[in-house]
Amino acid sequence: MNGLTKPHQYSGRLIVVEGIDGSGKSTQLQLALRYLQARGYSTFFTEWNSAEMVKKVTKKGKKKQTLTPLTFSLLHATDFAHRLVHNILPPLKAGMIVLSDRYTYTAFARDVVRGVDRQWVREVYDFAPRPDLALYFRVPIEVSVQRLVAGRAQLKDYEAGMDLGLAPDKVTSFKIFQSRILKEYEGISREYGLSEIDASQSIGQQQQIVRGLIDEMLAGYDSRLAPQETVA
Amino acid sequence: MNQIQYISHKMPYLPEGPCTGKLIVIEGTDGCGRTTQAYMLRKWLEVQGYGVMDTGWTRSKLVGQAITDLKQGHSLHRLTYCLMYATDLADRMEYQILPALRSGFIVLADRYVYTAIARGIVRGADEGWLQDLFGFAVVPDLVFYLRLGVQDLVPRVLEANKMNYWESGMDMNYGDDLYDSFVAYQSALIEQFDKMAEQDCFVTVDARQEAEVIQKQLRRVVGQYLQAPPAAAAG
Repeated sequence: MNGLTKPHQYSGRLIVVEGIDGSGKSTQLQLALRYLQARGYSTFFTEWNSAEMVKKVTKKGKKKQTLTPLTFSLLHATDFAHRLVHNILPPLKAGMIVLSDRYTYTAFARDVVRGVDRQWVREVYDFAPRPDLALYFRVPIEVSVQRLVAGRAQLKDYEAGMDLGLAPDKVTSFKIFQSRILKEYEGISREYGLSEIDASQSIGQQQQIVRGLIDEMLAGYDSRLAPQETVA
Repeated sequence: MNQIQYISHKMPYLPEGPCTGKLIVIEGTDGCGRTTQAYMLRKWLEVQGYGVMDTGWTRSKLVGQAITDLKQGHSLHRLTYCLMYATDLADRMEYQILPALRSGFIVLADRYVYTAIARGIVRGADEGWLQDLFGFAVVPDLVFYLRLGVQDLVPRVLEANKMNYWESGMDMNYGDDLYDSFVAYQSALIEQFDKMAEQDCFVTVDARQEAEVIQKQLRRVVGQYLQAPPAAAAG
């Protein structure tokens, strides 16, 4: 299939943001969405872990702590596949601009840190189309922790990688876990040629770069394209 | 002593260690008598003093029920369908199959990755992708394929009143008639099983025979294997 390594054939455009928790990627995507909407583009926003069908199972597994790295990875892949088929592909085929908060690269980083085989998880997600623009928000771990602690009271267990037994307290565990994820992201970014953005800059500075990259990516995009008939 | 072998991708976090058990798989389409044969084989092995554990398709604690529910709603896409099956097998592998193999049990699997791969291919999923996806699974010691042609399968399934939506592949719009759809779907599945049987050296057994006759053949192969597994014999 090699979905992730060759351009897709749909008339729409796919923009994804990646980065560790607290990198500011969701804020940047939100601002990008506003920018595109203001310019009159037809847009569709989607985020990871939103499919109802898998949510129940994941919740149950997390509660009873029976999820293994492998089943954790497969459940997220199922969830992603569901979201791809129901939320991402239809607007992409219809010629819209799809904005996705997290994409397959999140799984590549997180699942490998949890202990899943690096090559295997890439093959599992091979059905996913390659984004037209994949933004990777690179941020030092201290900055992300600071932002998260300031922004919300509680870190969630799985976010902090508490299931891995890295440290007895959540903040320390979070730091170790996210540092490992950060390291994976570095490799992924090189491997897939993600567009790296220095996320320690101000929100405005980053957004300016983001908008520049979006403009560049949209060259040749015809938003008036009629919905096309495509082969699945 | 043998190590546990994985089809193509060993998960790095899974511990290394000796495998004293054996994994025996029974495959075949719906209505070929798999479950009966597995039950008879289990009894026979236990009489001889072997510890036996059986594991069945979509019976994991984690997603077994979810798969059943989703099938009620007919809302599964081929990708989610295959991935759910993979999740089910992964959960059973880690909580049932691996522990049993490590402690010397004979694990009898009623269906295995081959069912998932065949169903996925018939639904249009990429074959290479399916093989990679299920690459995390343990390599079986023996795979029996209880083969039935579609013409022998139809009356059996009708008698058992089991010609249902999913076993007829109605999700694939072969036609609005349950019978036509069943024949087309099961024929496509059999074709895939036949191919895999050749590639992966399944022990193919003619499932048109009486249950006792089939069982005798399975016992002979299993008995020989347990006395002198090919790997040990070669070493």
